[in-house]
Amino acid sequence: MESDPPLAWPPYRSTALRAPTLPPVPLPPGRTELTGPVFGEGDVRPTDADLTRQHAGDPLGERIVVHGRVVDTDGRPVSHTLVEVWQTNAAGRYRHAVDRHPAPLDPNFTGAGRCLTDAGGRYRFVTIRPGAYPWKNSPNAWRPAHIHFSLFGRAFVQRLVTQMYFPGDPLLPHDAIANSVPQAARDRLVAALDLDASVPEWALAYRFDLVLRATPFEEPR
Amino acid sequence: MTTPSQTVGPFFALGMPCPDGVPDGVWLRGRVLDGAGDPVPDALVESWQADPPAFSRGATDDAGHWAVRVPPPQRYVDLSVFARGLLRRVVTRLYLPGVPDDEVLAGLDPARRATLVATAMPDGYALDIHLQGPHETVFFAV
Ligand SMILES: [Fe+2]
Repeated sequence: MESDPPLAWPPYRSTALRAPTLPPVPLPPGRTELTGPVFGEGDVRPTDADLTRQHAGDPLGERIVVHGRVVDTDGRPVSHTLVEVWQTNAAGRYRHAVDRHPAPLDPNFTGAGRCLTDAGGRYRFVTIRPGAYPWKNSPNAWRPAHIHFSLFGRAFVQRLVTQMYFPGDPLLPHDAIANSVPQAARDRLVAALDLDASVPEWALAYRFDLVLRATPFEEPR
Repeated sequence: MTTPSQTVGPFFALGMPCPDGVPDGVWLRGRVLDGAGDPVPDALVESWQADPPAFSRGATDDAGHWAVRVPPPQRYVDLSVFARGLLRRVVTRLYLPGVPDDEVLAGLDPARRATLVATAMPDGYALDIHLQGPHETVFFAV
């Protein structure tokens, strides 16, 4: 995809020994590639989409709504597909054993959510705004605040894992991971402040729409 | 224009839990190795097969080992590999040993073909995934 980053991207040092070097072999999509896992209501609980309600108390931080639509490049909504998200807490710390950033954990925040898109491809999470965190890619490198997204689509070829950023983040132009995306496509990863979807006196909203590639897959009639 | 891909980073286990897999299934397992031959301890391997439809995924451990338990595949499964340091997923296949070559396998030279063919184990099949190096796995453009 022309909007995707290259595998080898020297500013992101971890690509050096991990990015495959040989040209990929073309694989004409067959039955395996044009189908994909189907998830249903049994795979998600209602509380999975509200990351602020997974513990006894309220998490610290700025409560936000993150919502949007998942469509394909033909504009068709991608309905009933699984969306997985994960993020830091407000202090920039992941609840993960490997995260050694000396910022506090929040006993009321895990930072993981999932939901299914509705018939129109829409999804909605309630969460708190994640924090920036340092990483060792280069001296004084800090990741801009972001939410990781994983989407399945309807077919194996539509699988996408990406990251959502926040508008106006001053760290964004310095981020080796965001900058791996061709300039023309980079703003596709930045959510928009959406005052219309905010909940007055309660939470601001950000809109993040996602576009998966179209497939020859036909909707059952 | 599609939404661009970004790396899963090192903390994907928070949001991408691995299912237990099918109790009566066969194990598909192996290591993920980098260009220096070192294990990749923060990779995620997802398997998908159409017949019967089955999805699974397994994260690598400190030694780079991944494992998924799936219904016995017909001839191959598609694998997606995600990792810190991979800005997008890479796609490969695990072929069962002894199946007749299809167009895909037949189109590869023998050394490259070998990177896709698993070894039979008592409880399943094993295949290492080499992201780089002299044994670099065949990755597909899908
Ligand atoms: Fe992250």
